[in-house]
Amino acid sequence: MMIEELKALAAERKRVQAGRNACINICGAAGCQSGSAELKEALMQAAAAQGYGPESCTVRTVGCLGLCGAAPMVSVEPAGLLYQHVRMEDAADIVSNLEGPAVERIELNPQSPFFTRQMRIVLENSGKIDPELLEDYIGADGYLALATALTEMTPTDVIAEVTRSGLRGRGGAGYPTGLKWSTVAKAPRSPKVVVCNADEGDPGAFMDRAVLESDPHRVLEGMAIAAYAVGATEGYIYVRAEYPLAVARLKAALRHAERNGLLGNSICGTQFGLRISIRLGAGAFVCGEETALIASIEGKRGTPRPRPPYPAESGVFGRPTLINNVETFANIPTIMRNGGDWFASIGTARSKGTKVFALAGAIENAGLIEVPMGITLRDIVFEIGGGIPDGKKFKAVQTGGPSGGCIPEQHLDTPVDYETLSTLGSIMGSGGMVVIDETSSMVEVARYFMEFCMSESCGKCVPCRAGTVQLYNMLGRFVSGQGQPKDLALMEELCDLVKHTSLCGLGQSAPNPLLSTLRYFRSEYETGTEGGAK
Amino acid sequence: MLLYLETTKAPTDDKRWKIVAATMRKLGNQRSALIEALHTAQETFGYLDRPGLEFIATSLRLPLSQVYGAATFYHHFSMKPPGKHTCVICTGTACHIKRADALLEHLEKKLGIKTEETTPDGAISILTARCFGTCGLAPVAVIDGETAGLLTEESLDELLREKVQLS
Repeated sequence: MMIEELKALAAERKRVQAGRNACINICGAAGCQSGSAELKEALMQAAAAQGYGPESCTVRTVGCLGLCGAAPMVSVEPAGLLYQHVRMEDAADIVSNLEGPAVERIELNPQSPFFTRQMRIVLENSGKIDPELLEDYIGADGYLALATALTEMTPTDVIAEVTRSGLRGRGGAGYPTGLKWSTVAKAPRSPKVVVCNADEGDPGAFMDRAVLESDPHRVLEGMAIAAYAVGATEGYIYVRAEYPLAVARLKAALRHAERNGLLGNSICGTQFGLRISIRLGAGAFVCGEETALIASIEGKRGTPRPRPPYPAESGVFGRPTLINNVETFANIPTIMRNGGDWFASIGTARSKGTKVFALAGAIENAGLIEVPMGITLRDIVFEIGGGIPDGKKFKAVQTGGPSGGCIPEQHLDTPVDYETLSTLGSIMGSGGMVVIDETSSMVEVARYFMEFCMSESCGKCVPCRAGTVQLYNMLGRFVSGQGQPKDLALMEELCDLVKHTSLCGLGQSAPNPLLSTLRYFRSEYETGTEGGAK
Repeated sequence: MLLYLETTKAPTDDKRWKIVAATMRKLGNQRSALIEALHTAQETFGYLDRPGLEFIATSLRLPLSQVYGAATFYHHFSMKPPGKHTCVICTGTACHIKRADALLEHLEKKLGIKTEETTPDGAISILTARCFGTCGLAPVAVIDGETAGLLTEESLDELLREKVQLS
């Protein structure tokens, strides 16, 4: 598809959408998916029964609408109505109130802070387009950034734009994306490879799943722009096998894009070509680490190796490789469309743009949110998240999963960015945010994460393999109230060792949950010692 | 130079081996096809067994030890045949905070088996997983591939009665 055709198709699609009287959108992401097919059927029947044709009232499946705790969700456009916990019986009532007011018993207020405090870049199309229709994505100006980059910009221009945006890796570590791209672009050897890391192994995180299920073409477009910028001709998406729906939608998106000349050979009529293949993960957390992920793509056990050489120099099959996270790639099309300066105007001095978080645990509004960097944790938990259910008290918020830490009440007013979270002993991580209320024991939470790291340790290096077992056993003693006061010092010493001598990120960050709970909730550990106050 | 003109013989006449062979062929019978081949084999047969691993090893010209190593390294692959139905309890962080461990304990007691085991009549297996990414619905279980969320002990019993005809 040439750029003119693309623009014409987008205009045509926008005209069709504007011509619709009403559109009923059913959330079809994995959170809402059970029963959404039946619901769609019921809504279509109700629409037909009330005399609407498919042109005057469209019923369709869209991506994630955000508030997963209210599943299944339905939205009605253009009236802007939102419904929660929709059942088949509600179909007729929804159809008879297409222009509002909303049906009261299942109404969800679209003006609540959960929706109004968000700022959507990565999720801009999520819940608005049908993820299985390429036309819908094109109608939302999709692939325009790729076509423009290919026809009007040099690879150096693209990298300069990304560098100007200040985008940092959304996988958790926050490495500047522009810098990474230019390193790979400068690597002298070819062919080069781009890899999308969609191995979202961190339990409690589901941002990448939602993006892949709601807007798969956005990730493909981001990858293609990256491939053009660094000079890669081959791409891999490494995605978890636990996300069957995301895999299915990615496969469909790949097929549609290739058939329409937006991927594959001579994209948009230019000489540039990119072939992307999907590789399934197989349930190993360590494969989120880039060198382990590369080993897994090569068909081996997913064990990391020492760096250097960095993947930028020698990655998949020894070729220079660019690895970015799903969310990083998903930011690219919008940055290219709106310019790097626009993106850099959002967020804090050192962390630009927005971040998608998965809110879960003891929280009223569990779901997927996208907020500008620099928002405080208190706003996220109490305003957007709606606070703790059942009148319980807030205790801590856990960010970064097994590699992150627990942040207590007194630090809730901290603005969210890469640096502040790391001074608090946690990390930004990929975006999982699990809220913990007063009923949970922090020692137990620390043990849970240590158990996770222990069983996910690949076993290659000793500090991680043996250290996590020792730490787990010691934590177990505190959980059962048999800890020794001297164990506290011993644990701290061992944490230090594991942190500084492990080979990869898994081991280096495994002590984080323990250290952060020890730092903020030391009294709970002391209660767990023999003879400690119960 | 060795030429591999002969196609590797499948362990049995079972037609499903052709699906596994097709996956490997599509990736050029390269060694890097190992994990994709294991995925296909597990998807087709429900689990991995020794003849299957040997078939993959010879097809991809890999030592059996390396194939076995990969199959046991990744949690997703199972070397035990699953029951007719499966109930996978999520033990991710959000589900853990929402007491998935109590749910698991209840299920173990109810069925009289431990996690990763199958009832003696082969009817149902209990499995656990690290997060399905549907944390908004914690605690979550996936019963025969279908996600069920916001579970309580009662609603889990009810679901199992409905789907598995478990009393």
